[in-house]
Amino acid sequence: MIRLPSFTYLAPRTLAEAARSMAEHGREAMLVAGGTDLYPNMKRRQFEPKVVVGLRGIRELRGVRSENGGWTIGSGTTLSEVSSHAAITRDFPALATAAGLVSSPQLRNMGTIGGNVCVDTRCNYYNQSYEWRKAIGFCMKRDGDICLVAPGSSRCWAVSSSDTAPVLWALGARLRLVGAASERTVPIAALYRDDGIEYLAKQQDEIVADILLPPADGWRSAYLKLRRRGSFDFPVLGVAVAARMDGQLVREARIVLGAVASLPRPAERAAAELVGRRITRELVARVADLAAGPSKPLDNTDFTHPYRKRMTRVFVARALAAIGEFGDGGPPSEEVA
Amino acid sequence: MTKNDFAVVGQPLPKVDAWAKVVGETRYADDFFLPRMAYAKLLRSSHAHARIRAIDTARARAVPGVYAVVTGADLPPVKFGILPVSQDEEALCTDKVRMVGDPIAAVAAVDEETAEQACRLIDVTYEAQPALMSIFDSLAHPEVRIHEYGDGPNVHKNVALQFGDVDGALAGADLVREDVFFFEGNTHLPMEQHAAVAQWASDGKLTLWSSTQTPHYVHRVLAKALDTPAAHIRVIATPVGGGFGGKTDPFSHEIVACQLSKLTGRPVKIALTREEVFYTHRGRHPVLMWIKTGFTRRGDITGCHLRTWLDGGAYGSYGVASTFYTGVINPVTYKIPVYKFEGARIFTNKPPCGPKRGHGTPQPRFALECQLDKAAEQLGLDPADLRRRIVAEPFTKTANHLTVTTIGLGECIDKVVEASDWRAKRSRYGVTAAAQGGSREEGSEPPSPKRPGIGIACSAYMTGAGTAIYWNDMPHSGVIVRADRSGGVAILCGATDIGQGSDSVLAYLTAEVLGLEPVDVQVFPADTSLTPVDLGSYSSRVTLMCGMATIQAAGRLRDAIFKAVARKLEVDPAALVARERKIGVSADWDKAVSFARAVELGEAMHGVLAFPGSYAPPKRAGKYKGGGVGPSPCYSYSACVVELTVDEETGVVDLRDVWVAHDVGRALNPLLAEGQVEGSIYMGIGEALMEEQVFRKGLHKQPSMLEYKSPTTLETPEIHTILVETDDPEGPFGAKEVGQGPLLPVIPAIANAIHHALGIRIDEVPITPDKILKALELKRRGKPARVGPERLPLFTFKKPVVVESAFGQPADTIGVRPFQS
Repeated sequence: MIRLPSFTYLAPRTLAEAARSMAEHGREAMLVAGGTDLYPNMKRRQFEPKVVVGLRGIRELRGVRSENGGWTIGSGTTLSEVSSHAAITRDFPALATAAGLVSSPQLRNMGTIGGNVCVDTRCNYYNQSYEWRKAIGFCMKRDGDICLVAPGSSRCWAVSSSDTAPVLWALGARLRLVGAASERTVPIAALYRDDGIEYLAKQQDEIVADILLPPADGWRSAYLKLRRRGSFDFPVLGVAVAARMDGQLVREARIVLGAVASLPRPAERAAAELVGRRITRELVARVADLAAGPSKPLDNTDFTHPYRKRMTRVFVARALAAIGEFGDGGPPSEEVA
Repeated sequence: MTKNDFAVVGQPLPKVDAWAKVVGETRYADDFFLPRMAYAKLLRSSHAHARIRAIDTARARAVPGVYAVVTGADLPPVKFGILPVSQDEEALCTDKVRMVGDPIAAVAAVDEETAEQACRLIDVTYEAQPALMSIFDSLAHPEVRIHEYGDGPNVHKNVALQFGDVDGALAGADLVREDVFFFEGNTHLPMEQHAAVAQWASDGKLTLWSSTQTPHYVHRVLAKALDTPAAHIRVIATPVGGGFGGKTDPFSHEIVACQLSKLTGRPVKIALTREEVFYTHRGRHPVLMWIKTGFTRRGDITGCHLRTWLDGGAYGSYGVASTFYTGVINPVTYKIPVYKFEGARIFTNKPPCGPKRGHGTPQPRFALECQLDKAAEQLGLDPADLRRRIVAEPFTKTANHLTVTTIGLGECIDKVVEASDWRAKRSRYGVTAAAQGGSREEGSEPPSPKRPGIGIACSAYMTGAGTAIYWNDMPHSGVIVRADRSGGVAILCGATDIGQGSDSVLAYLTAEVLGLEPVDVQVFPADTSLTPVDLGSYSSRVTLMCGMATIQAAGRLRDAIFKAVARKLEVDPAALVARERKIGVSADWDKAVSFARAVELGEAMHGVLAFPGSYAPPKRAGKYKGGGVGPSPCYSYSACVVELTVDEETGVVDLRDVWVAHDVGRALNPLLAEGQVEGSIYMGIGEALMEEQVFRKGLHKQPSMLEYKSPTTLETPEIHTILVETDDPEGPFGAKEVGQGPLLPVIPAIANAIHHALGIRIDEVPITPDKILKALELKRRGKPARVGPERLPLFTFKKPVVVESAFGQPADTIGVRPFQS
C-alpha cells in the first residue's frame, strides 16, 4: 500500500493552543480535522508537513447552536451531523443536501464541514501519486513549475471541489477565523482566492472556527451536484441557489457555482435578474443562460469540460425550478446526476 | 436426473468459506507474515517507450534497512509469457521499456517505507522513443517497433478464417447491413490488489504464496524465469479477493519476490498498490469492429463477415487467444450458415490487455447484438422475435466447426420477454410511442425529460476452454478424494477459489456422491506440491472440469466403500445407496451403517482409501489452423432485457430493471448461480456506461479507484435473475457455466434500450452522457443520430484459411472424452 510520510502529530485541546502551534511551526505545519482529504493527499506526497495539528480533540469546534436568530456551526461538526441536523434541514435545505452529498457515508462520518470548506483544490494532473506526477512532469501546484491543463498559463487552474462552500456563499454565511494573536469574522467569499495553489485567503495560523448563518426568514435554497456516481465522487459542477421570497416575488437572490473555477464562482448578473420578479419558466430560462456565462471549466476533472459547461445551464434551471416550486425534477434536494 | 434425485445439488446453500470471509478469518496473501520477512517494492518506468541506457542502484543500496536491490541483470536472461507463442516479458526490463509502469528494478528492505524510498533513489537513464498510444498510431509508424516479433510491424497477430461462401450469401440477402463499432478498454478492478510472499528456504526449495487464478501456470513460469527445477518449487494460491481474469498471468512481482528471497535469505512480501494494479492490467481489449451481415426479409441471417482490430497494449499476454475469441464465439448463438472472420492485435505502449470476464467476446457481442437491433428495425420485426427465430439448433455444429450441445436460449428469451412485460412496454415507451402521443395542449406541463426505453440482447459463452494453454495430452483437472476411519473426507484439487465458489462446488459434489453434508468435506485447493494439477480459474472451466473429476474420484471412493459394506450386510453392492451420512439398502434402511463405519470397513478391505479423478475435455478442435480456440464441452446461453430512462437534457441514463435469464444447464447451487449473474450484470453496467481505461500524454489518465469510474450499489438497478436448466450431458450433473456469460448481453441491451428511448445509436462504449447529447443534437439537426467510430485503419488482413462451413452438421459424439474409465 502507499504509506504516509513521517510527521509529528500534535493534539491541542483548545483553539488557542492549536493556533499557537500553527504560528510556531509556520509553513511546516498543516491542520487536520477528519483527515479524509489531507491524509490521502499526504500519501501521494502532495503535502509532506513536518507537523500535523489535529483539531479532533477541540470540543469548542463541535456542534450546531442558535445565535442571534441565525445558526452557528462549529467547523469540527461532521458532515453527517450537518446533513441530518433538524434546524439545518428545515432552514437551509441546500446546505443539508450539499453536506449529505459529499463523498460516502463513512467519509461524512469522519469529514467535517470546516474541512470541506477548506478542501484542497483538485486537478486530475495533480491528484496522482508521486511516481505518476514525476512521469508526466511535475506541475506548479506541487514539485514543478508548469500547468499541464493550460500550458503557458502562469497560474494554477486546480478546481474548487467543495460541495458546501458554494451553498454557504449563496446563503450569506460568515466565518469566524481564529489566529494566534487575533480573530476576525468575514463573509465566506473573503476566504477564497482565484488561484489553484493559494486558494485560501487566510493566514497560516488562522483556523476556521465557526460558520455563521444569518436568519433564514423567507429564504429558500437548493443545491444540485453533477458527478458520475451517486456516491464517492467530488463535484465536477455544483449549483447553489438561494432566494429570499416575499410572497411570489424574489427580494434577494444568490447563485453560486462550484467546481468550475479555482474558487466558488458567483453568477451575479443572473442572480440580479431574479430580483423583484416572480419565478416563471421564461425567467428561469433567461437566468440559466446568464448563469452559464461565468462557468468556465477546463479539462481537468471527470466528464468533458464542454459537457460541464453545458450542464451549468440545465442545473441552474432545475435548481430555480425547484425553489420556484414548479419543478418536475423532484424535490429541491435531489441530485441530478 | 430430476431435482428430486439430489440431496445437496440444487440447494441454495451458503458458500463453505462464507463465514470466514465475513468475520475476517480468511488469510489473503497480504495477511501472511513470516519470521524475518522483508518487504519489496518495484521501480517502474516513467516512460511509455524508451531504451534503457543505464541503471545506477548505488544510492538505493546505501539506504539503511535495504537488504537487496535487483535489476534484470540479476535474473536469468529469459523471457516469459502465459502463451508459448508470446514469450515477450521480462520480470525486470533490461534494454527497453514499453509502457509507463514497466518494472525495471526492485528493492527488498526492512519495511515498505524504506523500500519505496530506496526505489526513488535508483537512477535510470532513458533514451526516449515515440510512444504509440493507439491502433492508428502503431500502424502509422512501422518504423517504430514496440517488439521485434509478430505478424508485421507492431502487429502481434493477424488471423483470417473463412467458412463457406460469405460473399455469395451476402449477395443473396434481402438486407445487408454494414456497421462499425468501438468498445473501449476497461479493467477488472478486483477489491484485493495483487500480493505475494516468497520463501526460498535454506533447503534450496522455493515456496510462493500468491493471489493468483493460475498457480499451475505460475509454477511453470517460475521454473523457467528462475532457471530452477519445477520439482523444487511449490506455488500456493491464497484465497483470491477477486480476479475476473486480472490474476491469470504470471507476473513480474511474483518472480522478483522469489529472486529477492533467494538473495536475502529472508521471506519477501510484495503487495501492489492500486495504481500498480492498473499497470498490471490484462483487462478488456479496446476493439474496433466492422461487421457486415446479410438478412432475409423474415430475419434469418444468410451470412456474416466480421473484422476486429484489438489494441493489445505492450505485451502478448493471452492476446493471441483474445484475438480469436473476438471472432469464434458469435456463431454459437444464432444460425449463421456461412461466416468469415478477420482479426488483428496491435501492440501499443500501454499496459497489456488480456482476459477479463468474457475474454474477447463482449466486444463482438456488442457489435452483433446492436446490429441485430438495427436490422430488426429496418425489417419491421420485433427484436425479441427476430432473435427467437434464429436461435442455433442444439446438438449441431456451427459454421466454424464448434459442436454445440444443449441450447436453452429460446426459453431464456421467452422468460425475459414475459417477466419484463416486454411487448406492452415496447409499444408504450420509446420515440415512436412518444411521437404518436400527439401534440401537447397549450399551457400544459412540459413532459419529463426522462424518456423510458426497453431493449434486449442475447449471448453465449463457453464452459471451459477445450484446449490447454500449452499443448499436452494430460488431464486439465485432477482431484484426489481420501477418507479414513475418522469418517472425514478430504478433497485435494488444484483449483483456485477466486470468490466464485469453486471450493464450495467441490464440497457439494463430493457430499452429493457420498451421501454427506458439505460441511463433512474438507477442501484443500491450489497447492502445486499437494494437489493434482488444475489449469486454473479461467474460461469458466472449473465447475465443469473439476466437477467431473470430483464426481469420478468420489464415485471411485463410493464404489470401494460399497463393496465392503455389501460384504458386511450380505447384499449386492448395486443395491446400496449413500444418503443421510449412512450407507445401506433403501428397503432395509434400519440396517444401514454410518458413513464412518462404512469407511472403516472399506479401509479394512482395501487399505488406504484415496482415489483420483481426472478430466480432459472431448477432443473437438476444428481440423484447421486456429481450430483450437473456441471448442468447449458445452456453452451457456443468456438473454437480457434492460429497462431504463434517459434524461434528454443531461444525457444521464438511469437503469430501472434488468432481467437476465441464463441457461446454466443445472444450478448446482442456485444461490451462487444467481450471485454470478448479479455480479456479471453489475460489471456489464460499468462497461456499458462509465468504465474506461484511457490514456493522456502517454500515461493512464486515472489509475485510482476514485477516478476510474466504476458503478456503486446506487447505480445498480433491480436485478431479476431467472435460471434455466437444460441438463447438459457434458456437465457435472448437467451443469454449465454462469460466471461470465451473463455479462455479455447486458452491454448491447443497454445500448438498444437507449435507442428505443430516444431513437439514437451510440455505437461505442462507454455510452457517456456527452455522447448521448451529441447524438440528440445530430438528430435535431436532421442528421444520422449516431455517435461511434468514424474510420477504420488501413490494414491488410492475411489471406484467409478457407474451410467448408460445418453449419447444421450433427454434433460430434457427446459424452466421450479422455480418462473416462
